[in-house]
Amino acid sequence: MDKVTVEICCGTACYLLGAARLMELEANLPEELKGKVEFEAKACLGMCNDDRLGGAPYVRVNGSEVIANATPDAVLARIRTLLEMEDL
Amino acid sequence: MNQAAQYIRRELAIRLVRAFDAGTLRDEIDNIPVKLRPKNEPSSRCCIYHDRAVLKYRLMALLGYSIEDESDEAKTLASYLDDVVRDVAEGKDPYAGLEHKMAPLSVCGPACSGCPDAKVVTTENCRGCFARPCMYNCPKKAVSIVGGRSVIDQSLCIKCGKCVAACPYHAIVKTTVPCEDACPVGAIKKNEFGVAQINFEKCIFCGKCFNQCPFGAVMERSQLMEILLAMKKGEKLVAMVAPAAAKQFPGTIEQLLTACKKAGFAEVMEVALGAEKTTRHETAEFVERYEKDPKMIMTTSCCPAWVNLVAKHMPEFIDKVSLTPSPMVYSRELMKEKDPTLKTVFIGPCVAKRSEARRKDVDFVLSFEELGAILAARDIDVMSCEAYPLERPAEATARNYSHSCGVTEAVIAEAMSRTPDFKLNSKQINGIDKKSVAMIRLHLMGKIPTNFLEVMACPGGCENGPCSLR
Repeated sequence: MDKVTVEICCGTACYLLGAARLMELEANLPEELKGKVEFEAKACLGMCNDDRLGGAPYVRVNGSEVIANATPDAVLARIRTLLEMEDL
Repeated sequence: MNQAAQYIRRELAIRLVRAFDAGTLRDEIDNIPVKLRPKNEPSSRCCIYHDRAVLKYRLMALLGYSIEDESDEAKTLASYLDDVVRDVAEGKDPYAGLEHKMAPLSVCGPACSGCPDAKVVTTENCRGCFARPCMYNCPKKAVSIVGGRSVIDQSLCIKCGKCVAACPYHAIVKTTVPCEDACPVGAIKKNEFGVAQINFEKCIFCGKCFNQCPFGAVMERSQLMEILLAMKKGEKLVAMVAPAAAKQFPGTIEQLLTACKKAGFAEVMEVALGAEKTTRHETAEFVERYEKDPKMIMTTSCCPAWVNLVAKHMPEFIDKVSLTPSPMVYSRELMKEKDPTLKTVFIGPCVAKRSEARRKDVDFVLSFEELGAILAARDIDVMSCEAYPLERPAEATARNYSHSCGVTEAVIAEAMSRTPDFKLNSKQINGIDKKSVAMIRLHLMGKIPTNFLEVMACPGGCENGPCSLR
């Protein structure tokens, strides 16, 4: 089974608006998810340039799927869904 | 820590800088609250109109104004902005005539919830038990049993919380007023309108209320506008970055310095270079005092909230505070020697530094949040910046000033290098709160043997300052 890759945008806007907290996810990962997720802090992914700044912080999962307004809970939920999908 | 307030503050600051750079700030500023809280979308307070009103005041504080100084409620943000722009262009202080011009903190009345007074009360969970630990543990005999239920006489209760801890049913609760609870010196109280008000004669600007208010009603008066305007005018600003920056932004301190350069600062420096000088002088001062009187006690002087605490609340001990200037003050000296025309900007996580900066002729203070907003608005990504070519990195002990014990370790290392059999009996106060204020008194009265007392207002040191990014 492939690991889920989670890229956290650490561009300054994302970082200020919540990525700093997302960076703590890796260390606080629930036991059952350990070893199944790969975290990476990325330089600005360039997604925050819309007028409303609405989406920051952004997270990219498995290389293509983007989570806007990412919170630790939302990211964890997505990881769980993806892992369950792979189990099917 | 009120994260929601943190994020909204940051978002507003980013928008402010973006609009400033685009030249559209004057047209946009009064619309920002509406844009952020459009109709038919959820509100954070009772309704979007309340949200918008508070956002307006947040922007007012970002423009540098004290909300307490508002005299005309109908005055638009654009017209506040005009005032700042005009005064800065004329080289005047925009806030000179205002009552609260010296106060770095401001309470936004419409945001304050006017929390009910702190109280210990019995809830419906009370079983009226036979053991009655609430009654027997109360030191003031304030608890009695009426109609099979515990009742607390509020006129006798001292809110010690012994009954709260003793009740096996968790039936007794203590409600608090978070700002009053957080303030170590009793400087924030509700006024006759039931709104929190800071007594600036007492306030030490530690920033605890700023962080603890669940409604985000305590706001920081920013110098962001003055800095943006100075940059635009072409003034040479130097970014003096506090050692606490190391763990705030992604990337290294050298990358952050490059980011500051890109953002428009003419010069950059790490304040740790000033901390090196503080270490030398602090150690020399300690040795000198010790040789004069081996029973003396000296305290550190680099935490400005601590210095405010002594000056305002225990002036009898002021001579025990070291006279050594803080790293920020030495950094200013270093930069002014290099080029007297430079305007100095201290960048750190601290509210109290704003009061120290005013006393010590540092031109501006920028919080990490505000610096972050400038970087974000100007699309500067710290992690992608090259490392700034430092003449030399600051000493490790100086860079460690941002942790609790950092100053002590630096002084011990310095003293040992001079006199190997040096005896320093050091103690640390790791965070100023109501309890530690009492501890500090005991130390300074000589009740606890110490000769070097380090006091940091924030637990863990500056890196956990009220305006830190994490």
